[in-house]
Order: sequence, then C-alpha cells, then structure tokens
Amino acid sequence: MAKITYIDHEGTEREIEAKNGETVMEVAVKNGVPGIDADCGGACACATCHVYVDSAFLDKVGSPEAMEQSMLDFAENVKENSRLCCQISVSDALDGLKVTTPESQH
Amino acid sequence: MALSDTDTLLIIGGGQAAAQTIAGARQWGFAGRIRLIGEETALPYQRPPLSKAYLKGEMEEERLYFKPADWYAEQNVELSLGVRAEAIDRTARSVSLSDGSAADYDALVLATGSRPRPLPLTGAGLEGVHELRDLRDVDGLKPVVVTGTNMVIIGAGYIGLEAAAVARQLGANVTVIEMARRVLARVTSPVMSTFYTRLHESHGVKIMTGAQTEEILGTNGQVTGVKLVDGTRLEADIVLVGIGILPNQELAQAAGLACDGGILVDEDARTSDDRIFAAGDCTVRPLVHYSRTGRLESVHNAIEQGKLAAAALTGRERPKLDVPWFWSDQYDVKLQIAGLSQDYDDHIVRGDPESGAFAVFYFRSDRLIAVDAVNAAPEFIVTKKLIISGQTLAPAQLQDTSVSMKELAALATA
Repeated sequence: MAKITYIDHEGTEREIEAKNGETVMEVAVKNGVPGIDADCGGACACATCHVYVDSAFLDKVGSPEAMEQSMLDFAENVKENSRLCCQISVSDALDGLKVTTPESQH
Repeated sequence: MALSDTDTLLIIGGGQAAAQTIAGARQWGFAGRIRLIGEETALPYQRPPLSKAYLKGEMEEERLYFKPADWYAEQNVELSLGVRAEAIDRTARSVSLSDGSAADYDALVLATGSRPRPLPLTGAGLEGVHELRDLRDVDGLKPVVVTGTNMVIIGAGYIGLEAAAVARQLGANVTVIEMARRVLARVTSPVMSTFYTRLHESHGVKIMTGAQTEEILGTNGQVTGVKLVDGTRLEADIVLVGIGILPNQELAQAAGLACDGGILVDEDARTSDDRIFAAGDCTVRPLVHYSRTGRLESVHNAIEQGKLAAAALTGRERPKLDVPWFWSDQYDVKLQIAGLSQDYDDHIVRGDPESGAFAVFYFRSDRLIAVDAVNAAPEFIVTKKLIISGQTLAPAQLQDTSVSMKELAALATA
C-alpha cells in the first residue's frame, strides 16, 4: 500500500490510498483524478498520462525504459522529472509519492 | 440539443465509447439522470488487453474495468447490466428492454459496438470453435490455450495475430490461416506483412496465406480440425475465428435512423435524429483529415466520439479532433499507427525492418497520410502531429535516418 498525492496544475491536492501492483495511472483514473487521460489504458502507446514526479521520489520510481522515453521526448511541456505514469507500479517504497499533472495531455 | 438537469441521458452499450460518454457528461457538468443499458454483465471494461495481457493471464478482470462499481454509485449513474435493448420508439422517446421494461430518454447515445463476423462454413458451431470479442470469449479461451494445444486461427488480422503471439508464448502449437495472399492484407502494406510473417515464424507460428477454409471438422460435436479448399487437413484442438467485425447497427436501423455500413453520424457524433447520438465501432463518421467518411475500429474513435457526444449534450465547444490512431502489441514488438493508409499511392521505409525498429510512411498525392511505426515512437508521434496540423514532409526527407524525427518535424511544410 502507498499513499499517493495527485496535484493538478492549479495546485489542488488529492491523496489516494493505492494498492501495490496497480499503476499510478490506474489509481488516478479509477478514482476520477482529473488531468490524466490515459487513452490507451496503459499500453505506453499514447502519452496521455504524463506527470511530473516529486524530486524526492525520482530515484524510487526509477528511470523510463526506451519506449517511454521516446514517447516523452515528444510530449508537451516535458521536464527532467516527467514520466508516463502508466509505467510506474505502486509499491510500499512509493508511500508518500507526489505527482503533478500538466495543464493538458494533448 | 444541450441537456438540462431534469433530463435523462440513456446510453446503450457498455464499452469504451459508453464509458467515455458518461465520464465526459459528468465532467462537463451534466447533473441529470444517466442510465446505462449493457448486454454484458461485467462493468464497462477495456477490450484491447483481451487479446494481449488478459489472454496471457497477466491481468485480472478487475483491472480491465474503466471505473470501479463505487464510482458509478458516487456519480449517480444507474447501470442496468445483462439487459438487451430491443427497440427504440423515437416518438415516445423510449427504449424497450429484454427484461420487459422500458427506459425513457431525453437524449440517447448508441454505443452498441460491433460483433465478430461469423464464419459461414460447416462446423462453425462446433465445441472448441472460438471468437475473441468479449471478456467471456477470453474466459473460455484461457483454460484451453495451453502448452501442446493444437490451435488453428482463421484470419490474419490484428486480433488473429495478437492471439497467435499470446498462444505461442503460452506454449500452444499455432497455425494461422489467411485467405488473402499476405497477413494484414486489408490494413497495411506488403512490407509490414512480410515483417509480421517473419516475426511470427521466428516464434514458431505456422502461417498459411492464400489458404481458404472449406470446413471445420469435428466428431461428437467437438472440433478436431480444419479442412482447406485445396484438400489440406489440419489437426486442431481449438479453432479461433478472427475474420473481422460487423457494426451493431440493427437497433438504429429498425428505428429508421440513417445507416450505411454503420450508423451514420455527423462531426458531433449525432445521428439523423437530433436526440440520438452514436459512438464507437458502430458508426460511420466524417474523417475530417481525409475528406471522406468511414468506420473506425479503435480505442481512439470510441474515446473521441464519446467526448464529442458528451460535449454536444452539455453545450460545450466541440473538442479538437485527433487523427485516427491505433496500436498492436505482439511479442516484444509495439506497432503504433497514425493516420489511415488506405488509398496510398507511394510509401517509403525509414530504418531497417531487420533491426526490429522501423517505420513505413504512406503518401497520397505527395502528402503524408499515415505511418506504421514498429518500435518507433518518434515516427508515430511526429506523423500524428503533422497530419493534425496539415503539414507534410517529402518521402526522401523521411527516408534519411541521419536526420532525427525531431529535426524533421521542424522542416515540415504546409
């Protein structure tokens, strides 16, 4: 289990209790967190689940694999701490994770 | 028409388009009654994993659901599952249901989807002959797609090939039979067909093209094999039929809505009746980037039309239209398709198919119209953006791998 905080682009925070094994994207979508479209449902095919990972957790979430990285290279407003959150699996180590959603996924 | 909060929005169907319509309507402020009528008993779920991770046993049913049951309760969405819509009475604005009741509406969204094209041959009804369309189909397949099973797949489209990849990885002996001269003939170029044929053969799948099935063979009601027109007999413990889908337009047609190979809708996903919208596989829609109409079988289409219907119903501006896009996962190969390649008059290959990462770009009248990107996300994303913005690149530019896709994107012209 891990508590994950989703922050929208205006700064509104929402904390959600997430089960291990789910992805950070799934937790958001199933709980109706706005700002994450995830059109492809987690196949790393669409780049509409872009988030900024809190710098304290960058090591814990690991680095993106090649396919995710090349999708991210073309996302809008991409930063050093950008990730596609369908590729981040929840684990105990991510307890307290904060991710911020961009203003738009398209 | 925009709905008021005393109105009822009725949705027929429980797939991606239905889920998106509901989410959109609530997100954009519709506070009235929403009721969903779904023929299947499961909560609305994603279909793409059915022929991939779910068939492979890597994903539980619950993870397929768009939203948990609680969400529908919280959002005040009434779900009537396991119920079939029988007829629409447009004058009374009411839909009669298989449980004998009726559901009234102020606005109706038909998200009825599609169904597998039936195999019109002797033996198609034998035990052990499967289709792959819904959750229950795959729940029926999972226990029998095991090591050593002889599996014959009829049809080398994306469904057939994705299932072949999973079945092979699960240890089944897989033969794919395709009537056309090459796999994926209906949807892509010979270059791609060759690549996928080799990919599957390298994993031990037997691919037979130009092969027409004459009959499914069986004893005591159980499938035993497949007989081809040329007399060849293949042994089979199970047969999977994946020869395309048919739009579920009959409900609309019987109600007098305009249909032609699908339910006809306009740019707002509205049918010929002002109060009735349609979204997803069941529609024939304007394809604005291609100046024609067509039917799309895709997640992108279901999501986009769900959004269009929800926007029109809540009086919002029409969302920006995406270019059609698709994906397919087979083994460790991810195919991403942007645009529609039908009617191409030129194409080039960027990269080397032998390397496992390459892209095929399609042109019509010197304009870029589509890409098949194999393990090549930049090619996919750049093409998608170019088509949306009405820009193009020349074939020779795209062929030059010494220039990155990022650099090429900057060179695009109107």
